[in-house]
Amino acid sequence: MCLKSSPISPVPFRFDPISPPIQKENVDISVVNVARCLVGRCVVANSHFGSVFELQGCFSGILVRDPSFAMIRLLHRAANVKCNINSLVARCMSGAAPSSALPSPQTNPEILYHGIFINNEWHNAASGKTFPVYNPSTGEAIANVQAAEKEDVNKAVKAAQKAFKLGSTWRTMNASQRGNLLNRLADLMERDRVYLASLETLNNGKPYSAAYVADLELSIKCLRYYAGWADKVQGKTIPVDGSFFAYTRHEPVGVCGQIIPWNFPLLMQAWKLGPALATGNTVVMKPAEQTPLTALYVAELIKEAGFPPGVVNIVPGYGPTAGAAIASHMGVDKVAFTGSTEIGHLVMTAAAQSNLKRVTLELGGKSPNIIFKDCDLDHAVETAHFGLFFNQGQCCCAGSRIFVEDAIYDEFVARSVERAKKRNVGNPFDLNVEQGPQVDEDQFKKILALIKTGKKEGAKLLTGGQRYGDRGYFIQPTVFADVTDDMTIAREEIFGPVQQILKFSSMEEIVERANKTIYGLAAAVFTKDLDKAMYLSQGLRAGTVWINCYDVLEAQTPFGGFKMSGIGRELGEYGLQAYTEVKSVIVKVPQKNS
Amino acid sequence: MAPEIKFTKLFINGQFVDSQSGKTFPVVNPSTGKVICQVSEGDKADIDLAVEAANEAFKLDSTWRTMDASARGRLMEKLAGLMERDMHYLAQLETYNNGKPLKDAVFDIYGAIYALKYYAGWADKIHGQSIPADGNVFVVTRKEPVGVAGQIIPWNFPILMLAWKWGPALATGCTVVMKPAEQTPLTALYMAHLTIEAGFPPGVINVVNGFGATAGAALASHERVQKIAFTGSTAVGKLIMEAAAKSNLKRVSLELGGKSPIVVFPDVDLDKAVQTCHNAVFANMGQCCCAGTRTFVHESIYDQFVEKATELARKRKLGDPFGEVDQGPQVSELQFNRIMALIEAGKKEGAGLKVGGQRHGPEGYFIEPTVFVDVQDDMRIAKEEIFGPVQQIMKFSTMEEVIKRANDTHYGLAAGILTNDINRALTFSQAVNAGTVWVNCFLHVTAQAPFGGFKQSGIGREMGEEGIHSYLEMKTVTISMSKF
Repeated sequence: MCLKSSPISPVPFRFDPISPPIQKENVDISVVNVARCLVGRCVVANSHFGSVFELQGCFSGILVRDPSFAMIRLLHRAANVKCNINSLVARCMSGAAPSSALPSPQTNPEILYHGIFINNEWHNAASGKTFPVYNPSTGEAIANVQAAEKEDVNKAVKAAQKAFKLGSTWRTMNASQRGNLLNRLADLMERDRVYLASLETLNNGKPYSAAYVADLELSIKCLRYYAGWADKVQGKTIPVDGSFFAYTRHEPVGVCGQIIPWNFPLLMQAWKLGPALATGNTVVMKPAEQTPLTALYVAELIKEAGFPPGVVNIVPGYGPTAGAAIASHMGVDKVAFTGSTEIGHLVMTAAAQSNLKRVTLELGGKSPNIIFKDCDLDHAVETAHFGLFFNQGQCCCAGSRIFVEDAIYDEFVARSVERAKKRNVGNPFDLNVEQGPQVDEDQFKKILALIKTGKKEGAKLLTGGQRYGDRGYFIQPTVFADVTDDMTIAREEIFGPVQQILKFSSMEEIVERANKTIYGLAAAVFTKDLDKAMYLSQGLRAGTVWINCYDVLEAQTPFGGFKMSGIGRELGEYGLQAYTEVKSVIVKVPQKNS
Repeated sequence: MAPEIKFTKLFINGQFVDSQSGKTFPVVNPSTGKVICQVSEGDKADIDLAVEAANEAFKLDSTWRTMDASARGRLMEKLAGLMERDMHYLAQLETYNNGKPLKDAVFDIYGAIYALKYYAGWADKIHGQSIPADGNVFVVTRKEPVGVAGQIIPWNFPILMLAWKWGPALATGCTVVMKPAEQTPLTALYMAHLTIEAGFPPGVINVVNGFGATAGAALASHERVQKIAFTGSTAVGKLIMEAAAKSNLKRVSLELGGKSPIVVFPDVDLDKAVQTCHNAVFANMGQCCCAGTRTFVHESIYDQFVEKATELARKRKLGDPFGEVDQGPQVSELQFNRIMALIEAGKKEGAGLKVGGQRHGPEGYFIEPTVFVDVQDDMRIAKEEIFGPVQQIMKFSTMEEVIKRANDTHYGLAAGILTNDINRALTFSQAVNAGTVWVNCFLHVTAQAPFGGFKQSGIGREMGEEGIHSYLEMKTVTISMSKF
């Protein structure tokens, strides 16, 4: 059956030196290549792109024609190896045929689950209501999913509370066993990686290649990362004054409501489940109404992995009904939300007005990407392009204000336009495609309206600006130059493939302008100058600062926002804090000693 | 059924090779005293080759050094998975070579798997810091692997000790040259083979069989080994530290002997307490560095306790470790003779022998479970590590007294107290000089909790987060910044 692709045994780091060098013109790049990456599988990069990479350490080699293709970035990130992009030293693939290729997508993946997942069982909505889910490439409905509302959320919360009761299977389980279960879930996602990536593409519209190489890779790694934390969440013993013995226990908060967005459905699910389950919480999760399908499939994997009933419950539905019920529930101890700043206010208000549940928020951004004239221009143009256009521009941390030093402004703009024009838009199941549709009609309309505003307010539209094709929600890669700080497109989150390029001339000016926003999610600096990099990494008011890179979002490093981009951090050790309560235990002793 | 012996050579740079000298030495089955096989005997020349391979694997820009930390963790997970797959074979081999009952061997291997998995999780969680230093500077610390780690492990828990050593070394990104005990090299060699299958780059893990005085000494005094970790006797621990001092000041961690007290108060369930104390000393044929070998029993329950303890020892089932037994042979003739000599000393110094004290069976190195009562603190059996199935039961009357007596030793590995009184438990756990204190349990060793000795029981800790530290160098990077 389609779901049971054979388990892939991870065989990392068999280093296959490639020889002999071959002539570039002799390489058939139609279906080149390639690489045994960290998880032990190979990725095909297609004829669309092709120059030669030399990837040290764990890749046998990679041939790509167009070094600026965003896939490179993904591959690079997935593998985190050194890659000498400009090296055209061809090294032979012929003697080292890839042992497997990026597996073909299932262009019509079967949709198996559309219910509400409570207590490891599938339920219908109490109201009997369903809601349609669409394929954004065509605008057609592909499934009807049970619409959870307050009553269903109540049921899920009850199940989660029961699973969390003192003495329950989940509470009495060894922490290391919680880690084993998370690792097992990661294994199952690896097993069904092709299906999951295909389903993600069908429902979200993102290119399959990206879903497979980035979303699935990072989701699996995130779960494994937190699996490792499960038995390492340590309290302390404390040399308290007086004849007492004092220590802290880091206990799970309890029932966690988690509301996730549609732009990275699987990855956001992993970011939420990883720390919550590692620390021993139970979960009621609401996936985005646009993209519930992969979350529901993962629910079934959670059951298969062996998590006890009620530990994870998934309630598909809308924000004002299911989402609001979670945020204001008296039996939910913590709510974690990723989405817009506007809704973030509502979630926090609901928490405040109900039971003061703990709140973490990952919200919007208008992240500055600052390009100095001393940078590696090729790399900066490509990375800025990637930092904005990746995922159809639907990243909360997208680099949507690109500040370029005046001396290189014109050249940077020209190259960025050229790059955007080459961006390959179309059917996301096509391995050559870099950009699929926006997620839905609402988003599509909102972006086109903002493009219109940009033109009206005097920004220079250099490419794009229109719908692409005649069906689905595709938008042409769009570049605006001569953007000024007060324009709407320089202030508001567009969440689409629309690049704003602004000009700056001095260091004093740039810090102030970059920080002049209600947001503070991310920022980037491109420079070879150590002082500039250090100075700005301190001066920028953002939760993440990337230097000469963008969108490096690995499980080990915390991510989250200053200011109105959010509260709290996800990922890394920091990501555990939001899911633990600290309990001080103080015991009287006859006589204290050091 | 004797398990097939698949690997007998030295494992250097990803390959099994003969020793430079061509010499071999015999490995013995302690249940029969008969030779199982000959294995290659490494000495200085082989250690040099292994250290060279380990240094090469550790070179800047090597596969191992450039690998993602999370990928190191995945390799370790893979190795643990292979051990699960080969559990049956590994357990048979361990029992064959070490003599421990098969079910104990399985238990050990699970412990080893947990240790590897535990440290696999640490690989990408070893954090340096960024530091608000004075001045217009930016300061970060990097926790870097110390480099080539020499690791010398004992024969009492061959696979488990291997995992305790490899876990933190590999998680932190070190490379390893390991010398297994000459008595029990076989499972280590099989593990070496599994590291290839798991996908570790050549040279990251090397295993050199040999004797302490040759291979071990070469490792401890090697100029290009950055760290030495040793588990074994206190006497040899001193030699290791001395060799490190006289050569390149390599970092040293030692897990050595013990004479651990276990103290029984009268407010406990007596049967349970007797059982806990019995397990504390007799587990693994008494061959545990942290064995509870000084059983202090409160005077009010002393006589009852002695009767029950004697009864338990009498019931302990000895025999072929592949059968349904509690106890197999001691590991070697040398150990057997040492233990018998100490039993003789106990009798001569006036301790009361309640049960055991004799050889068991006509062949192999079996010793009867032995219980001494009325043991005095100054007797040899109350001071020296016996490392055999010999229980010493002493009498005490007050907490103050027992703390003093418990601490009156140059060891400090572990201690236990059996009581349900919270004040007694906390007072004792604070007062006793030992790296591990067990309350109402004993020998409960887990991957998450650090283990190691106070005083002459060792230096440093293994297991837990603490276990990582001895495989790391801290590098402070200070960057001066200009103003704009």
